[in-house]
Amino acid sequence: MAETEAVDPNAPVTKISTPIELTYRFTAGRAASRFIKGLLDKKILGQRCPECLKVYVPPRGSCAACGVPTQEEVELPPSGIVTTFCVVNVPFYGQKIKIPYVTGTILLDGADIGFMHLLQEVEADEVRMGMRVEAIWQDEADMVPGLESIKYFRPTGEPDAPYDDYKEYV
Amino acid sequence: MGVNPSAVVGIGQTKYNSVRDDVSIAGLCREAAKRALEDAEMSWSDIEAVVIGKAPDMFEGVVMPEAYLADALGAAGKPIIRVHTAGSVGGSTALVAASLVQGAIHERVLTVAFEKQSESDAMWALSRPIPFSPPTLAGAGGYFAPLIRAYIRRSGAPSHVGMMVAVKDRKNALKNPYAHLHMEDISMEKVEESPMLWDPIRYLETCPSSDGACAMVIAGEKTASSKSRTPAWIHATAMRSEPTMFAGRDAVNPRAGQDCARDLYSQAGITNPRKQIDMAEIYVPFSWYEPMWMENLGFADLGEGWKMTEEGATALDGDLPVNCSGGVLSTNPIGASGMIRFAEAALQVRSMAGDHQVPDCNLAMGHAYGGGSQYFAMWLVGANRPT
Repeated sequence: MAETEAVDPNAPVTKISTPIELTYRFTAGRAASRFIKGLLDKKILGQRCPECLKVYVPPRGSCAACGVPTQEEVELPPSGIVTTFCVVNVPFYGQKIKIPYVTGTILLDGADIGFMHLLQEVEADEVRMGMRVEAIWQDEADMVPGLESIKYFRPTGEPDAPYDDYKEYV
Repeated sequence: MGVNPSAVVGIGQTKYNSVRDDVSIAGLCREAAKRALEDAEMSWSDIEAVVIGKAPDMFEGVVMPEAYLADALGAAGKPIIRVHTAGSVGGSTALVAASLVQGAIHERVLTVAFEKQSESDAMWALSRPIPFSPPTLAGAGGYFAPLIRAYIRRSGAPSHVGMMVAVKDRKNALKNPYAHLHMEDISMEKVEESPMLWDPIRYLETCPSSDGACAMVIAGEKTASSKSRTPAWIHATAMRSEPTMFAGRDAVNPRAGQDCARDLYSQAGITNPRKQIDMAEIYVPFSWYEPMWMENLGFADLGEGWKMTEEGATALDGDLPVNCSGGVLSTNPIGASGMIRFAEAALQVRSMAGDHQVPDCNLAMGHAYGGGSQYFAMWLVGANRPT
């Protein structure tokens, strides 16, 4: 209700907003650095755990489940499936993408862990679990070392993956 | 367990609201702490140490608030400890306070948890872009909605289950004078018609933003036995965590939660939790988390949690009442939300829960989770001293 009340210019000030700022440097680390540099060449580089043999993308340099470093590099295709997703319809301060938008957990073919990315060129109510998607790369000028080099994922039009094929990733 | 008996002897809560602009953060915490001391028949000087918790500092932008709050909480010259475990922090904070008494370091400890969401922007703080990733983060709902969708797919639960939880918890809140939301006209239709914020999560299936603080006094056996009011004896405590990102992780039914519950039950000799536990206050910020946690905590078999909700088992008059206070869905001062679960469980076994009291409540569970379902804190409190 407070928002709709008229503000009395003579009322005492009880609250002010004071934006604060913190600048920091983020160091990607060895595995992530190879990954983000690879994206500049449109290459998606994951890493395989020597113990559980699961493929991490993005690679983290280690497997948290086995507690061992990961070194073997695996190149993954820019295509896979949506394991699960969310249609975002909440506006908030600092939002960069126009609502409503769909974020999906993308499991690339050959990967054992998904990552979040945008889904476009599809209506929100047509997105499905198991839908096959492919990466759409940024224009050359907009390529950056990071997953933002993929502009979004879009449906390939191929048949959906059967639930049994990906249920362990859901 | 090899620990000294300990109990909750005082509980204090503020009336939860969207804006408490009549008090500062310090005033808010002090209000809850004073009420806990009054309930415990104690004064500030009886307290030996203070353990405090809240969500990340970025929320209100006050860095290390425990330093500035020491005076308001009577902690000058006494040990004060801050606990950090994201949304589960209210629970872990209570457990750290309990451990100081169980380990005979202190006899009387004050524990406080708070959040003043009106002075913060949690949605902003939880949506900061991660370096080298697209800016897709959209608050807690954006993280949990895909997991809820996965749960619905795995279990085949009908979509009205989430709405049932949303209605049940708001109806329970009407019986709790401290609850933030008092929605007299809540109904399945109202929930269904509310906007889809993070599909499949509707507006009325999410928690509110609240200002509030919760406090407890935890004491050793000598003190607890001398009080005129019944103490809530601590029968078991457990904490677990796991990384948010690893291949093979089950984020819908995290192993850390399962292990934490198993540890808790074994300490108290519980073999059939649904039968042996009289009520539970579970951290349910989005309605679907009630059935999800029923399975994770072993109250229901895998894929069957939603049936407990549908059958009314988790209602105030069910065989395992869940969130009789109205839960996080009715009150969410984030840092305090876990401690409110723990305190409400304690109120129940002390028979002090008023209109939302469960009859003959001898053993109650408090539960909190946080981060990307990676932190878990739980306790069991009872009307009788553990033997």
